[in-house]
Amino acid sequence: MWTFLRRRLLTSGISLVGVVVVVFFLARITGSPASLYLPESATQEQIDQFNRLNGLDDPVLVQFWNFLVGAVRLDFGDSIWQRRPALEVALSAMPPTLSLAGIALALSIVIALVAGSVAALFRFRGPDRVISVTTLTISSIPDFWFALVGILVLAVNLRVLPTSGYATPEAWILPTATLMLAPVGVLTQVVRGAMIDALGAGFVQNARARGYGRVRLVARHALRNAALPIVSVAGDRAAGMVNGSIIVGSVFAFPGIGTVILGAVLNRDFSVIQASVFVVGVGVILVNIVVDAVYALIDPRVRLGAGRSS
Amino acid sequence: MTTLLEVEDLRVEFLTDAGPARPAVNGVDLRLGAGETLALLGESGSGKSVTSRALMGLVDFPGVVRGSIRFDGTELVDAPDRTLRRVRGTGIGMVFQDSLDSLNPVYTVGAQLTEALQVRMGMTRADARSRSVELLEAVGIVDAEQRVDAYPHQFSGGMRQRVCIAMAVALRPRLLIADEPTTALDVTVQAGILRLLRGLTEDTGMAMVFVTHDLAVAKQVAERVMVMFDGRAVEEGSIGNVFAAPSHPYTRRLLSAHPGRARHWRDLTKGEARDDDGEETHRAG
Repeated sequence: MWTFLRRRLLTSGISLVGVVVVVFFLARITGSPASLYLPESATQEQIDQFNRLNGLDDPVLVQFWNFLVGAVRLDFGDSIWQRRPALEVALSAMPPTLSLAGIALALSIVIALVAGSVAALFRFRGPDRVISVTTLTISSIPDFWFALVGILVLAVNLRVLPTSGYATPEAWILPTATLMLAPVGVLTQVVRGAMIDALGAGFVQNARARGYGRVRLVARHALRNAALPIVSVAGDRAAGMVNGSIIVGSVFAFPGIGTVILGAVLNRDFSVIQASVFVVGVGVILVNIVVDAVYALIDPRVRLGAGRSS
Repeated sequence: MTTLLEVEDLRVEFLTDAGPARPAVNGVDLRLGAGETLALLGESGSGKSVTSRALMGLVDFPGVVRGSIRFDGTELVDAPDRTLRRVRGTGIGMVFQDSLDSLNPVYTVGAQLTEALQVRMGMTRADARSRSVELLEAVGIVDAEQRVDAYPHQFSGGMRQRVCIAMAVALRPRLLIADEPTTALDVTVQAGILRLLRGLTEDTGMAMVFVTHDLAVAKQVAERVMVMFDGRAVEEGSIGNVFAAPSHPYTRRLLSAHPGRARHWRDLTKGEARDDDGEETHRAG
């Protein structure tokens, strides 16, 4: 278990470093911050002074070295825009993002578990067809389109929900629904497939031959075996919530890491871009480790190391 | 002998989009007395497994079962789910071919045994647990006290099948259906399982329907045999009579397909077959 964790942390660390390095150079391709922050009439002297103040006057490789030295100590420099440590900017955006993503994912999983199980029990019959078509349609809706139409219909025309913000519970409804679009459809299909496999498995038939009721068969015998693929896809979707949070951030002005990344890119705020990518990367790694831990918890063959598996 | 199981004109069809397919079971009659053992013999696709599943009410949509199956006086065809649940396990127990697939991989063997005893026999947790250990001992698991907390994947194939048998007999069924329980096992392990099943039927007075494609196995466990071919019961009788004087052409072909005591492949190509006692029975057509 510990060797596994160590190996996992090492490989994750390597990809994290890779991502942060790539982002360092990509960010600098967007152009010089000086041309954005200083008026067009700025003299070369003023530009040089701005660059010197923000450490942008060194050659790129020297900047890169300074960045690496700082990053090791979790110092990503200060935000040009907000004049405070970049890491602080990124971290302060995490609570709303994590709450929103957590709620959206939890609701998606609950809906998917119920809908997917019902579809599996009624495979190829009415309820299954209705559920499958509905969830596939939902997951095919582009989230930015849904967000804009949601605002237009519910906020502008019907005036039942606010257009933006996050202070009131109603303001969370549209962002949550937008984030749920993709996961609900995919997870329902995964639950359906995994449950069909599990319900058809010999051990469920055998349990049925012992005279157990349907609820016991589904909840105790099939579900735990169906959980592995569900957990992997849910973990994958959790990581994908970062993308959704950018849409939600820009359309609903919902504060969070998406808004911070978007703002940092538009403002050529390199240190915030780097710090945000780092924070998100660490988050994704943690999610993956949790997924692996849940695997081991659910399946003794993972925990005890199986010679054979079914 | 009182009749325990009475099957009349059993038909099982699987519906397809193009309408009903050729019936998998086509008019099977069967009668089994309490404590009696019957071997259901046939090749793959002969309908023997579907028959055994139909007896338990385990044929699902798109499969359709018609005819009559009376177990201990209770009609099981088209019976409500509650009736079937009452009969399953405690009335009719079942052992399947694939022992790895038959046990839930995420629970210990003991948890699955105690669950059955608690849910179906109303035992307390502690009683169920000690009974589980006894049952594992009874089916020949050494160190049952420790092994009860092991997971299915930590057992060998033969030991897993013993666990499955323990699970089935735990509920004291009056009829055990064994659907090719030794097919996935090697020959030495198979012999042990067959002895165990024989011993259990003799000790408990449990009846058994033993599904197999193997003549030698059928002979070891059963007094009576029913030969199935293409969804029909083509021949039925005591094992000795059927093997000595097969009346149906299919049974004759089936018996001749068995290598018996042939020592060389050339003995087989001559189309001669001997049964296990070395008697020359017939020539294949």
